[in-house]
Amino acid sequence: MADNVDEDSPDRIKAGDYVVLKRGDIFKAVQIQPKKKAMFEKQWFLPDTAVGQLYGSTFDVAPGGILQPRKPKDTEDANEAGTDNRHILDDGKSQKLTRDDIEILKGQGLKDQEIIQQLVDNSSTFRDKTKYAQDKYIKKKKKKYENTVTILRPSCRILAMMYHGREPGKICHMRYDMLAQMLTLANIHAGSKVLVFETCAGLVLGSVMERMGGYGSVIQMFPGGGPVRAGVESFGFPAHFHDTLHEFPICHVNALLAGTLDTACKDPPAGRGQCPYFMFFFYFQAQERKVKLEEKRKKLASAAALLEGRNADGLVIASRFHPCPVLLGLIQFLSPSRPFVVYSQYKEPLIECFTKLKERGGTVNLRLTDTWLRRYQVLPNRTHPLLLMSGAGGFILSGTTVAVDDSKPANSQRAEEPAAKRQKVDGR
Amino acid sequence: MSFVEYSDLIQDGDVAIVYLGPESMMPVKVKQGAQTQTRYGVIRHSSDLIGRRYGSKVTCSKGGWVYVLHMTPELWTVNLPHRTQILYTTDIATITMMLELKPGAVVCESGTGSGSLSHAILRSIAPSGHLHTVEFHQQRAEKAEEEFKEHRVDRLVTVRNQDVCKDGFGVTGVADAVFLDIPSPWEAVRHAKAAMKRQGGRVCSFSPCIEQVQKTCEALVDQGFEELSTLEVLLRVHDVRTVYLPLPDFGPDETAPQTSVALKTTTLPREMPGHTGYLTFATKPRT
Repeated sequence: MADNVDEDSPDRIKAGDYVVLKRGDIFKAVQIQPKKKAMFEKQWFLPDTAVGQLYGSTFDVAPGGILQPRKPKDTEDANEAGTDNRHILDDGKSQKLTRDDIEILKGQGLKDQEIIQQLVDNSSTFRDKTKYAQDKYIKKKKKKYENTVTILRPSCRILAMMYHGREPGKICHMRYDMLAQMLTLANIHAGSKVLVFETCAGLVLGSVMERMGGYGSVIQMFPGGGPVRAGVESFGFPAHFHDTLHEFPICHVNALLAGTLDTACKDPPAGRGQCPYFMFFFYFQAQERKVKLEEKRKKLASAAALLEGRNADGLVIASRFHPCPVLLGLIQFLSPSRPFVVYSQYKEPLIECFTKLKERGGTVNLRLTDTWLRRYQVLPNRTHPLLLMSGAGGFILSGTTVAVDDSKPANSQRAEEPAAKRQKVDGR
Repeated sequence: MSFVEYSDLIQDGDVAIVYLGPESMMPVKVKQGAQTQTRYGVIRHSSDLIGRRYGSKVTCSKGGWVYVLHMTPELWTVNLPHRTQILYTTDIATITMMLELKPGAVVCESGTGSGSLSHAILRSIAPSGHLHTVEFHQQRAEKAEEEFKEHRVDRLVTVRNQDVCKDGFGVTGVADAVFLDIPSPWEAVRHAKAAMKRQGGRVCSFSPCIEQVQKTCEALVDQGFEELSTLEVLLRVHDVRTVYLPLPDFGPDETAPQTSVALKTTTLPREMPGHTGYLTFATKPRT
C-alpha cells in the first residue's frame, strides 16, 4: 500500500535537515548536505542518499556509502539449544571461519544477518549453548557486524544522550537526567522570558528553546566574543524559533544593572578597553564593520530592553565558570517568585552559592541535589540492573526568588531545619 | 495566575502558595473577603493578598510573616491534596524529557490519580497541546475535572471516567505520547498504540514492581514497540551545614593555634528514598 506522498511529506528527510544518526546506543548529529560524507562508527557513507525517505527508517550501508532502506527483520529460527555450559570448552577453536573467510564473505556483499548466520552455522558449540547464551552470542555478533544506521529527528532527549555519550567534556559532564531535572525545576514553558548562561555547546540553550516551543523569549547571556550555539543548530528548529532568541554579553551586565549602559553608542566607549565583545570587530573592513556593528548594537539594545525591567521568569546556569558570581549577578534580573537552577560539575561551588544566597536573602526553597540513574535489562528470567551510572552526573542548586528584604538584617532569616527532619520529597 | 502562565499580581480566584518556612508551605485559594489562619496569625485576602506582587512578604496578624509564591506544577506536587500515591518531581522531570513533551504535544495519560503529573504535562504542552486523561474512579475523575477548572487549565485537558484497559483513551491516532501508571499496564498497551499517531510517538509505563515491568515489556515488544528502555531515577538531597571537627592535642605546639576547624559541607539524610517505581520507555514506529 503506497503512502500518499503529500500526506507524509513533513515526515520525510530533506536536504539541509539536521538529523541524528543512530546505531544501538551510539548517536551522532549531522546535517544532510548534498554529496557530503559522514563518518559514523568507523564507516563512511552519504547521508543525502536517504533524502526522501521517512524519519525513523533504518538503512543498510551499501557499497559506495549509499543508504538503502532495510526490510523489517525476519523472525528468528528456533535453534536447538543445550541446558548449561558444563561441557563447553572455551579453547578459541569453536569458530571454523577464519578472519579471512569472513572478509571474503563481506567482499561478496553478504548482508550482516547473513554473515551472522554463517558464523552460527560454523560454530561447533552454538548448538550446545543455552537459549540465553545463543541470544547473547547473536546480539554480540550483531553489534560487531551490524551495518545499519537509523536516521532520527533530533530532540532534547536524543541530543542530551548523544553529548553525554560522545563528548561529555563539552557539556560539563552533565548527565541527561540532570538536564531533565533542570528543565522542570526551572519551570520552562511557553510564553515565559528565560535567561540562560551556559557553556554546554548550546545543548542547554536548545533544550530550553524546545520546551518553549517558539513562544516567549530566551536571552542567552554569553562570555567572551560571541555566543556559542553549535548545539542549537543540531535541534533543527524552524526559522521562527530564532526570533525568540536574544543574546547579551556579560561584560555589560554591570553597566546594565547600574543603569549606565548606552546602547545608542556606536563606538566602544573610552576606557572600556579590553571588552572582547567589541575587540572582535576590530579587523573588519570599515564598511562591513559599520553594518555589523549596527546589527550588533540593535541586538544589544533589544536584549537590554528585555533585561532592564528585571522581570525575567527563569534563570538556568550550566557552565564551567564558578557559579557563584554568575548566579549572584544574573539573579538580579529575575522577578520575585520565580525559579532558578544552577548546574555544576562539582558540589563545592554550589555549597558556596547556597551559603551566599542565605546571607543575601531573597530566596526560598534552596536545594542542592543530584540524581542517580540506573538502567535495567528486562528479559524473561534475565532481568537485572545494568551498570550503575553515578558520580559523573553533576549537581544542581535550585530555588525560588522572593522580594529582597532591605529592612531586616540578613541573619534573622528562618533557620534551616535540623538534620533529623525528613524532607517531604519522593516520600514513599 | 495560571498553572501554565506567569502573572505578576495576586488576583481573586488565584491558587497561590503560602510559604511559612523550609518544608512548610500550604496552598491557598485567594478570595475576596476570605481569611487564612497560619501559625503566624491571620492573612486577610482582600488587604494582604489581592493586588500584591507575587513573591511579596506578607505580615500576618500576630506579627509574623510569610511569603506568597506563584503556583508552579512543582509547588503543586508537594502541596496538593493526595487522593492516591503521587509522582514526584524527579520522576516527572525524567518522564517529561524522555517522552519529548513540548508545546503542541498531544498526550494520553492513565490514571489521573491526584493530578500531580497531569499539571506538569499541561505546563509543558501549553498553549497548543492537549491532554487526554483517563481515571476509572468516578469521584477522583470528578475531583480532577474540578481542579483543572479551578486552575484555569480546563481548555487544555479532557478527563474521561472509564477503564483504559477495556475502553482505551477515548481517542485514536492523535497522541504524540502516552503515559501509563496503572496496576496492569500490559493490558493497556494495545490501547496506547491505537491512541498514538500513525507516524509514531513515545510511550512510558510506571510500575513499582519488576514483575509488572516484565509483563509490560513483553506486551510492548508484541505490539511492535521499539527502543525499549527501563530505568529508575533517585534523588539525593544534600543538606548544607557547617560542621566542627576537633583537632587533636598532641601536646604543647606553638604552630597549632586552633582547637577545632569549621567546615562547610553537605550531609545526606539518614534515610534516603530508595524506590518510587521503574520507568519503562519505548518508541512506537510508523505504522
